Amino acid sequence: MPKTLLTVATRKGTFVLESDDRRDWKLRGPYCEGWPCYHAIYDPTTGEIYAAAASEWHGSTIWRSGDLGETWEMSSEGLSYGDEDGRKISKASTLARAGDRLLVGVEAPGIFESRDNGRTWSLLSTLSGQHGSEAWDDPANQPPGHLGISGFVTDSGDSDKFFAIVQGVGAFETEDGGSSWTPRNKGLRRDWPSEYEDVGFCVHKLVRSPDPERMYQQNHVGMHRSDDAGQSWTEITEGLPGDFGFAAAAHPHDRDTFYVAPVDGLHDRTMHEGKLTVWRTRDAGSSWQPLRSGLPQENAYLGVLRQGMAMDTHDTPGVYFGTSTGQVFASADEGETWSEIANYLPSISSVDVAVLD
Amino acid sequence: MADVRLPGTLTPLFPGLPRRLEVHAPTVLAAIDSLEAQWPGLRDRLVAEGPSLRSHIHAYVDGERAGLDTPVAERSRLDVIAAISGG
Repeated sequence: MPKTLLTVATRKGTFVLESDDRRDWKLRGPYCEGWPCYHAIYDPTTGEIYAAAASEWHGSTIWRSGDLGETWEMSSEGLSYGDEDGRKISKASTLARAGDRLLVGVEAPGIFESRDNGRTWSLLSTLSGQHGSEAWDDPANQPPGHLGISGFVTDSGDSDKFFAIVQGVGAFETEDGGSSWTPRNKGLRRDWPSEYEDVGFCVHKLVRSPDPERMYQQNHVGMHRSDDAGQSWTEITEGLPGDFGFAAAAHPHDRDTFYVAPVDGLHDRTMHEGKLTVWRTRDAGSSWQPLRSGLPQENAYLGVLRQGMAMDTHDTPGVYFGTSTGQVFASADEGETWSEIANYLPSISSVDVAVLD
Repeated sequence: MADVRLPGTLTPLFPGLPRRLEVHAPTVLAAIDSLEAQWPGLRDRLVAEGPSLRSHIHAYVDGERAGLDTPVAERSRLDVIAAISGG
């Protein structure tokens, strides 16, 4: 079996977990000098690991490793709005590969790209001109988590086509490499007033199934499915313990199978009733099954963040997630049974997985 | 030459960067820029857009709180501090 590699971004650096059989795991790290890391990914294009990080002292940067984490370099060259703009980058939040571009989403909301695999960066877009975007940087409009670009969904067939999520505003799609954007929030629920029809939605996580037309999203208020590549959305919350959550993952081989980890949507944002549970649908959201075997079912008051769950691409795919209390759980049988493969890590921001041939 | 002291959080990021070194520069910003020339990327770790010192980076010239424009004399001591924050 080829090696399975997890990259785990935490509040105190990035860690790597690797296994040849998905049973015995070896943990390495912490890397990135213990900087708070928000998203770490393995990039199959270059074979490099990238980690988006933001130090309270030393600002935002992107760390990279060309040897699976043994050595690291960083660069924030060009990762700036400049001295005249007025906006500042407070956090590098999320990363994605789109063709020859490496994308990083930041707050205040903006997307930077690198054409040299993380050595230098340039501003790609701030999505300016979208309804309400003139107020995105107003401190009076900042929610507790702040506004920023919190996720991407790229298109394996067209590097100019990708989605970006603006926290608290909605999902947007570009088909021309970031020059223009279209809101993709039709049909989403929102339980609050909005000045505009097409924005004002709180998209937490957006994922694409192996069928590019089929997408899923965990929203602030509900699970949703799209059967037309994000053009419109249908709510599929019924059967889940609540409508709120962050983490979500799509099965790599089955368009109808999808995983979420709902949490209480009030102030605590931890597992319902303290029972750590992943929920799975095998019928595109018509029904949901709780997956609990091997997961703590008492006093597990923890959360899983939006980049905190991932699936590998083995024939029987594995599911992985990291918690706010520093555990990494893995399932090698599509979520039927779970085991804890790391513990006592710092609070986990993201888990990404790659199968190395 | 001014006597410059750097925070311990900075030195692991730049191979060969010492905690203490001497710099000839008329201001705090010029001192940081002179270090940037030798250790590219260092300025961005201390200076945010504006330019201004990053929120939790403090500078002191001869014991007095300083900004980027503060003059640095030939025999000044420039302390750059990663202020206590976080947890």
